[in-house]
Amino acid sequence: MVPLSWYLIVAAILFCVGVFGVLARRNAVAILMGIELMLNAVNINLVAFWRYLEPDKMAGQAFAAFVFIVAAAETAVGLALIISVYRNRETVDVENVDLLKW
Amino acid sequence: MDLTLITWLIPVPPVLAFGLIVLFFNKWKRLSGSISILSMVASFVMAQIVFWQSVIEKGPELAKEPIHSAIPWLPTSLHPEEWLKMGVMVDPLTAVMLFFVSITCLCIFVYSAGYHNAGMPESKHNKKGEPPEVGTVEVMYSRFFAYISLFAAAMLTLVVADNLLLLFIGWEVMGLCSYLLIGFWFARTYPDPDKISPFKAAIKAFMTTRVGDVLMLLGIAYIYSQTGTLSFRELFEPKMLAQLAEHPSYIVGLSVAGLAGLLLFAGTVGKSAQFPLHVWLPDAMEGPTPVSAMIHAATMVSAGVYAVVRMFPLLHAGLGNGDYTAPMLAMGLIGAFTALFASVIAIAQNDIKRVLAYSTIAQLGYMIAALGVGAWVAAAFHLVTHAFFKALLFLGSGSVIHGVEHGHHHAEHVAHGHGEPFDANDMMNMGGLRTKMPVTFWTFLIGGLALSGFPLVTAGFWSKDAILGGAFEKSMEGNWLGTFVFLMLAVSALLTAFYTARQISLTFLGKPRTDAAAHASENVWTMTAPLVALAIFAIGAGWTGIEHTFPVLGELLPNWFHSFVGATVEEVVKLPVAAEFNPVPLVTSLVVALGGLALGFWLYAWRKPLETGEPDPLSGSVIYKWMQNRFYFDELYNAVLIQPTLWLARWTYTFIDKTVIDGFLHGVARSAYRIGEAFRVFDRAVINGGADALAQTIKELGMGFREVQTGRVQNYMLLALLMMIIIFVLFEIPLPALR
Amino acid sequence: MTTLQVMFFFFSLITVAGGLYTVIARNLFHAALGLIVSLAGVAALYALLEASFLAAAQVAIYIGAIAILIIFAVMLTRGVTGKNPVKDWWTYTVTAIVCLLLLVVLLTTLFRFDWPQTTQAAVPADSIARLGKSLVDPSLYVLPFEVASVLLMAALIGSAYIARDKK
Repeated sequence: MVPLSWYLIVAAILFCVGVFGVLARRNAVAILMGIELMLNAVNINLVAFWRYLEPDKMAGQAFAAFVFIVAAAETAVGLALIISVYRNRETVDVENVDLLKW
Repeated sequence: MDLTLITWLIPVPPVLAFGLIVLFFNKWKRLSGSISILSMVASFVMAQIVFWQSVIEKGPELAKEPIHSAIPWLPTSLHPEEWLKMGVMVDPLTAVMLFFVSITCLCIFVYSAGYHNAGMPESKHNKKGEPPEVGTVEVMYSRFFAYISLFAAAMLTLVVADNLLLLFIGWEVMGLCSYLLIGFWFARTYPDPDKISPFKAAIKAFMTTRVGDVLMLLGIAYIYSQTGTLSFRELFEPKMLAQLAEHPSYIVGLSVAGLAGLLLFAGTVGKSAQFPLHVWLPDAMEGPTPVSAMIHAATMVSAGVYAVVRMFPLLHAGLGNGDYTAPMLAMGLIGAFTALFASVIAIAQNDIKRVLAYSTIAQLGYMIAALGVGAWVAAAFHLVTHAFFKALLFLGSGSVIHGVEHGHHHAEHVAHGHGEPFDANDMMNMGGLRTKMPVTFWTFLIGGLALSGFPLVTAGFWSKDAILGGAFEKSMEGNWLGTFVFLMLAVSALLTAFYTARQISLTFLGKPRTDAAAHASENVWTMTAPLVALAIFAIGAGWTGIEHTFPVLGELLPNWFHSFVGATVEEVVKLPVAAEFNPVPLVTSLVVALGGLALGFWLYAWRKPLETGEPDPLSGSVIYKWMQNRFYFDELYNAVLIQPTLWLARWTYTFIDKTVIDGFLHGVARSAYRIGEAFRVFDRAVINGGADALAQTIKELGMGFREVQTGRVQNYMLLALLMMIIIFVLFEIPLPALR
Repeated sequence: MTTLQVMFFFFSLITVAGGLYTVIARNLFHAALGLIVSLAGVAALYALLEASFLAAAQVAIYIGAIAILIIFAVMLTRGVTGKNPVKDWWTYTVTAIVCLLLLVVLLTTLFRFDWPQTTQAAVPADSIARLGKSLVDPSLYVLPFEVASVLLMAALIGSAYIARDKK
């Protein structure tokens, strides 16, 4: 049998990968991809906990479903923003968005 | 009439005039002159009131009960009664002094107005400190009157003083005024290096009299320390005098009275220009003539003699049955020697005022010698008469000089010549002024005859005769000092008559020797009126003191002077009074007077009056040269005293002051500067550097920290994540118990 | 090693590898493909965890919609040069280290607790029906469900507005 901790470990690793992607990528779209990874890691956590701890309550799955919804909405809006920025600035390199620089 | 109050007020008007002129009225010449003369008139009136009142009402009783008033002044102890008192006193001597001082001063004041050309136009060429052009008013007119007002005030103070301190105060103020007045024309210089400039003459006068003044002050201090009082009345109590005479002073075997007397006499030696401090008086002739008259006739030198006359009881104390006391010996020797010495020099002088200066020195010597042999009344008498005829002679000489300068001015105008230096004082440039300036001539003649002792009609005769008589009396008693004095004074009288005749001949008789003399003219009334007034006194003053033993006249006129003035010291001094008439002194004085005059007139007028350019008949011998150069005493003093002092001053300056003291100070300054510089280095490096480094560090830290704000969100998130991890670690470490 | 475990390893490996490729790939399109692989792996894991609805939903929503959307965005925002620059190596390294640290932290926290080794209970047979019911049950999750739909509506309108052509 697979211990719960394994799933959690996988989720943790995926989450860290996602954090790395968010922090180390220059392209805005790539950052969004990192965010997707993080969200998925969270979802894995949620479902794993549901399965191992309270499988007869639907709360875990419902919650995971909601995460899906929110992730989709957020991705859509984020990409719309990126496109808008691209239209204005001709670039999606976040290194160039540094107006708050000293 | 409160005579005490009036006596207090006598010196006040001239002091007020001095203050007013100096502070307010310096610009207005006529106003200043008028204020000054009016103040002198006021003092004159008050002095005369005091004199006549005391003569008429009190007479010789004044000696026993003088007009006296004193206030406690210097707090020398806890009880006001024992304080040093200042006050005024009028006894017969003072009264007579007031009489002649006020008259002569007033005459001189009025004369000064004319002498300084009051009322004449001002001239732009006149420079302050130099004598004005002929015919223009003196530039520093107001200043002159301020000075002589102060001078008169000082003299009057000295005369009415009732104690030595107030006398000394007047004495010193007069010294100051003589300096100011001798150097009145302070910017005047002569091309001839042998002629002393007025500025130097003033300093010379001040310094020389200072020597005497210091000794006098020592004497005053000594008296005060021995007796605790300076008031004349208290000092001259017979008990006090006896005590002072007996007390030894532990110096050279002198008694207290002797030492004090000698010290006080030293002051007179300075002030009255006796040998060896005589050198200042001839050079003091550089001052304007009224000053010479004032200083050397009416006031200052008389003050010197007055001081010893006043202090005579002290000088005389301890005489007992002896021949003389130490001060009297000193006075007799110095006085007689000076009289002869100065007369000899006077014969060879060509400057009209210098002849009179040496004559003054000689006459003062007479008075002091008289005191030396104890002829007190005679000395006081001669003091009074001398003041009159000497003032007359000085003012007359001033009139002559003034007239000759006028003549020179006219002559130059006529001849259109200019620039050659012309000495209006030189008698060799005069001659024949008898017709040009008659009033001056006759008054000068009267004065000259009085000086020579022309018998019967001149005051000088009576007073000189009195002195010679007193000396002769003493010599008859076997006193060698008396004999010495008698002989010296007799020879001196001969010489006096001789040089007086010479002076009159050279100045007034014969024909004018220069154009200046030819064009001379008589002076304004303000100058000639005082001459006439003084001439009257020069004639008449003598008749108040005729010895009662004198044949014929002695019976007719009482010897008022002796009874009045002599009463002052009768208690304590044994005055020589001849019991019966002795012809020797009288014959001697007749012979010397008439003989000297005859000799002088013969040599300079009757034989052949001097022509232009001719030298003096006596000149040519070595002795004459020595006489003309005043026996080189000035040069001696200069070499022995003045040059070493100047050298010492210069050495002190260059060595002690400049090298040592200045060097030390400069060294201190330099080292302080170096220390400052060293501190500056430290300051710059450490403090500045430290502060700068601190600021720099903070700046760099700031700049470093600034880099954190990259403006990129990812960096911020990275940092936040990092921080979160760190916080987590920090919090989680102590939490294993959760397991 | 049971079959389940092997399958678990395989699918988690796919997931993690895909994720790594996503964040490392220079070419964005390749990164998007890597994302798709990762998402597929996650769907497999869901299936292992017997959350069948979620597995299907994952494939449909994430891979079918979101990944496609991301690819659209990649296409639409191509840089002129066509290159996808990366950050400087220093930032890379630091970020990697920090992420590793984060991993360490998470793992240490994780291991503090005693997790069940096996599944205790079984999943009810009608779990999907139950899920559906719970989403519309007034006492359960109807409100979040409705709100979620409103959210989607808002996201739809918003993104349409933001990304419209401004002419």
